[in-house]
Amino acid sequence: MLRLEHVRAGYGNILAIKDISLVISEGEIVTLIGANGAGKSTTLMTISGLVPCRGGKILLNGREIQGEAPDNIVRLGLSQVPEGRHIFPLLTVKENLDMGAFLRRDKDGVKRDLEFVYTLFPILEKRQRQHGGALSGGEQQMLAMSRALMARPKMLLLDEPSMGLAPLLIKQIFAIIERLNRERGTTIFLVEQNARKALRVAHRGYVLENGEIIVTGTGRELAANEKVQSAYLGM
Amino acid sequence: MPILAEIRFALRAALWFVFLTFPIMVIKADPIGQTVIWRWRNAVWVGACSFFVCLALRLWKNYRAKHPALGPSNDGGSFIHRILDHSGQRRAFLGILLAAAILFPFFASSYQTNIMITALIYVVLGLGLNIVVGMAGLLDLGFVAFYAIGAYTYALLHLHFGLGFWQSLPLGACLAALGGICLGFPVLRLRGDYLAIVTLGFGEIIRLALENWGEFSQGPSGIANIPRPGFFGMTLSLDQSILFLYFIMIVFVIATIFVVNRLRDSRIGRAWIALREDEIACQAMGIDKQKTKLAAFALGAFWAGGMGVVFAAKTTFINPASFTFLESVIILSIVVLGGMGSIVGVVCGALILVLLPEYLRALSEYRMLAFGAILVLMMIFRPQGLIPTIKSRYPLENLTDDRP
Repeated sequence: MLRLEHVRAGYGNILAIKDISLVISEGEIVTLIGANGAGKSTTLMTISGLVPCRGGKILLNGREIQGEAPDNIVRLGLSQVPEGRHIFPLLTVKENLDMGAFLRRDKDGVKRDLEFVYTLFPILEKRQRQHGGALSGGEQQMLAMSRALMARPKMLLLDEPSMGLAPLLIKQIFAIIERLNRERGTTIFLVEQNARKALRVAHRGYVLENGEIIVTGTGRELAANEKVQSAYLGM
Repeated sequence: MPILAEIRFALRAALWFVFLTFPIMVIKADPIGQTVIWRWRNAVWVGACSFFVCLALRLWKNYRAKHPALGPSNDGGSFIHRILDHSGQRRAFLGILLAAAILFPFFASSYQTNIMITALIYVVLGLGLNIVVGMAGLLDLGFVAFYAIGAYTYALLHLHFGLGFWQSLPLGACLAALGGICLGFPVLRLRGDYLAIVTLGFGEIIRLALENWGEFSQGPSGIANIPRPGFFGMTLSLDQSILFLYFIMIVFVIATIFVVNRLRDSRIGRAWIALREDEIACQAMGIDKQKTKLAAFALGAFWAGGMGVVFAAKTTFINPASFTFLESVIILSIVVLGGMGSIVGVVCGALILVLLPEYLRALSEYRMLAFGAILVLMMIFRPQGLIPTIKSRYPLENLTDDRP
């Protein structure tokens, strides 16, 4: 579904990702793990067009999307949950969710999806009139994910959904990720620092180091890989 | 004893105040006698007044803190919102307002009517800037440039091609909107302080161009003999044409409020508000950042351009001195004072900021002082503006909030 071929991108003079090639097929959960500054977030931002691609090709269902405007990429069915959540702090929870469905015009479908995210995260329904900024960190993460789901994406790009959350919440978020994938067939590209968790839910994974992919394999293979164990799993 | 502590606090504040105002309130140099006059009585007055004001404020604050039942709801802003929320009351309120507006010129002198026209022009200008600053969150310090573009469009089109008010009105508004897009393109990447500086520069460029490009705009001497709007080819007396202009402005204000209100609830309005909150999230939602920003600049400028045409028609003479930075500041103050993003607030802010100085002409020397003091006090006591915007409400059924 999504294919990156020798993608390069960066900020100013610094090349954050040097040569990234990866494939994500429909219905998969694929994770990208790596240390701080390895280029994980940049990879996601480049896919969704927020950081310009400096070389290589990004193909979505065979169509080149590098250089497309970010809104067109969302239109094609790629929806990103940005790192640090980036919810709208002064809009209410409901308004935040409405913004997620900004590009959609099928009112009934939006309503159904709103009910769906409320069943995923019942707390959001209780909080729907509160300002986004008044939510706790975990609730904000739920809101950010739900907001991305409101666009009814074919593929969801998640940037560190576990960041700054309590272990119990992390567990809940990952359960939802699996559920989305299983029940709705949403393809998920998951960028994580929490390698152990990410490798457990992912079908396949890529390990990123200094802007390059060094190892790839199924989640189980990577979790068993000695190099990955010592560097990211602390074994 | 809390009261003693309050008195001590007030005393300290009063002493500071006396000290700070000492150079201007007490010392007066007499250049003829070459002596210094010490006005100690002023110091006593300043001290006593600030002591009592401070004490009263502190005590009132304490009282409020002890009686939270009074709540923050007993203020003007929510009073107006309460009326506007109730549909029957709203209809009555708006009806009375409209009737008062229509009857006003028949009871007031044409001087008063003229002032009111100015106030209404600023209402529309404020509503236009409210789109850019209040909704889209783009701080624009050069808004007066679009006002100038509108005014000069009418003046020059009339001078060279003999076009009338009604032909120039849409042209002026559209040219200003085009100007807005021209300003918008280079500043698409900027935010906050940087954006403010560039827009400030844009405003000054337009004014300086008008001032120095003599062959085009007749320079500082301005353009005179701009006709007032005609009424279906009839020639009107001065009083009649002022009356006519007043009603034109009433219609404009109503139209602007209607359109801006609809805009706010539309897709583009929601995109503006989202853009103000978080740009990255906006893009992740699939909002076209560039188009949204340009639309805000263009639509804000559109109203300013239209008002420029009206302004030129009202004064029948324009020159670049009417479009200084101070005008931009006044329009911005209207938006901030009224409450960013709030339509009712902006209307009230414009009326207050334009009408108060007119009716307090006796105190005109202190106008800028009062202006500054009001803004400082606003920032302390009501940073959200006089009548802040309210969130739209969603009907909910039996929901309980279990948040502690």
